[in-house]
Amino acid sequence: MFVALRDLKQARGRFVLMSVVIVLTTFLVTFLASLTAGLARESTSAVTDLPADHLAFSMPAEDDSPEFTASRVVAEQWRAWAGVRGVESADPLGVATTRAETGGTTASVTALGVAPGAGLVALGDRGEAGDVEPGTVVLTPAAAAALGAQVGDGVTLGGAELTVAATVDADQSFSHTPVVWTSLDDWQDVGARGRADREAAPVATVVALTTSPGADLAAADDALGTTTVTTSAARSAVSSFAGENTSLTTMQVFLLVISALVVGAFFSVWTVGRSGDIAVLKALGGSTGYLLRDALGQAAVLLVGGVATGTALSVAAAALLPSAVPVVVTAATTLVAAAGLILLGLLGAGVSVARITRIDPHAALAAR
Amino acid sequence: MDLHLEHIVLVYPDGDTTLRAVDDVDLTVPAGTTTALLGPSGAGKSSLLAVAAGLTRPTRGTVTIGDDVVFTPDTSVARSTRVRLERIGMVFQSPQLLGSLTALEQLELHAHLRGARPASTRERAMELLDAVGVADHAGRRPAQLSGGQRQRVAIARALVGRPEVLLVDEPTSALDHERGTQVVELITRLARETSAATLLVSHDASTLATVDATVRMLDARIEATPPLRTA
Repeated sequence: MFVALRDLKQARGRFVLMSVVIVLTTFLVTFLASLTAGLARESTSAVTDLPADHLAFSMPAEDDSPEFTASRVVAEQWRAWAGVRGVESADPLGVATTRAETGGTTASVTALGVAPGAGLVALGDRGEAGDVEPGTVVLTPAAAAALGAQVGDGVTLGGAELTVAATVDADQSFSHTPVVWTSLDDWQDVGARGRADREAAPVATVVALTTSPGADLAAADDALGTTTVTTSAARSAVSSFAGENTSLTTMQVFLLVISALVVGAFFSVWTVGRSGDIAVLKALGGSTGYLLRDALGQAAVLLVGGVATGTALSVAAAALLPSAVPVVVTAATTLVAAAGLILLGLLGAGVSVARITRIDPHAALAAR
Repeated sequence: MDLHLEHIVLVYPDGDTTLRAVDDVDLTVPAGTTTALLGPSGAGKSSLLAVAAGLTRPTRGTVTIGDDVVFTPDTSVARSTRVRLERIGMVFQSPQLLGSLTALEQLELHAHLRGARPASTRERAMELLDAVGVADHAGRRPAQLSGGQRQRVAIARALVGRPEVLLVDEPTSALDHERGTQVVELITRLARETSAATLLVSHDASTLATVDATVRMLDARIEATPPLRTA
């Protein structure tokens, strides 16, 4: 990069301007990726953090895609699932968003109803799980904060009077509402049937399955009229998640493409501007490979510097933002996005500097 | 090593027809001598020089350095480029220095193009800058040099790789008579000192007092090849 590095110093203004564009684009892409991850977590962490690997849905129509709001499983189904070969545990899980009240405070929460002994209640962010006793409710920190409730307080949930048994150190939410845990029996009051149908057999939203390799889930689905997906895939069954995630991911993809086009356009103009220099280098004996390496090296320096700065700024901004902004900074939201920007930027630059191969030194020098 | 141009023909497409820019030219430039190629515009001088440099493939004929045939109608671009890098030095009509490089770096670039460390050629580069009288300006970029100084740096650059052949295209076109004469004198002297076979294209015969031979081109052909002057 003998010439490339000296060009960077010589044409400092132009390269600084381009670097600023790359820094800002990187900031936008990585911040958006962190925000997407944060919003996804707010929508689906109650599902993805479950100590189960699959969820079985039972939709009103056979061809319906799984959805938490429409799915309803009955006792026969979860009992049958428990008997399927390769299924280690099959526990009913009720999921319903409702209003909680304590004192004069109300808040929207998602009540997760679990059967006694199922061990589905997340007690911490590291996978510890436990139970909730009938007549009680377990609050996540966000629910406790929203309600201003603590252990021993009474909470009205869908008309049922419950006592706060514990607040757990597990930051879980569903469709942007904080999670509270109840027994499946108490959950019937807020679930699919409401209080009027109390004497009927209990129902739940899905069956949470823990399976071992070799379990024939498809055959069981056919036999039991359910649709089983992994807990990760079940995120798409949260209605708020699919819309948000698709919109934000589309924005990220567009930003990546735009950034590649901007970098490509810059290097296209830059390469046209230095066609004369390239012709001289070719006339002096510079091979096309040498010239391409030189030009791409220059693009790499610009991209790596700009993307590293933009990523660092994004991480710093995420750390400084109030906790109300749901950003999750991980390697996937920063390093993967940064690598994507560098690769696509190099691709854009590569397409632009490829014109080097077509520069005829004799003709270019004659025109200079 | 001598430079031999044998039966060179260069035909360009020109609309629906073709243009014969060089028509069966034979020319030999002995090592250590300078041959000036004179002629009016459009005579084919620069086209012949481009063929000698491997910048344009001849339609027919061969270019030989010593006993090695280096350019033919079939020579690949990659091979032509390699030959230019290793065996040929070029001085263009205008200096064609790279704007971001200092005078010294213009010469060190040659080492980098050959895959060597630029610093490995620094001593030779400084000797040459001294020989052309611009050693004091080694750290200056082209924009900080005068036209004559830029042309001298370009001459030093052409010689830094110890080429067997030096090809010079109208080096005095942008200079006044006195500085043009000095530049031709410099090229002739350095060609002798470095034993380079030098072919110099010029439109101004008055600056060529020091060259070893002059050849005149007209209508794509060489008119006559007078014997070499002895130094």
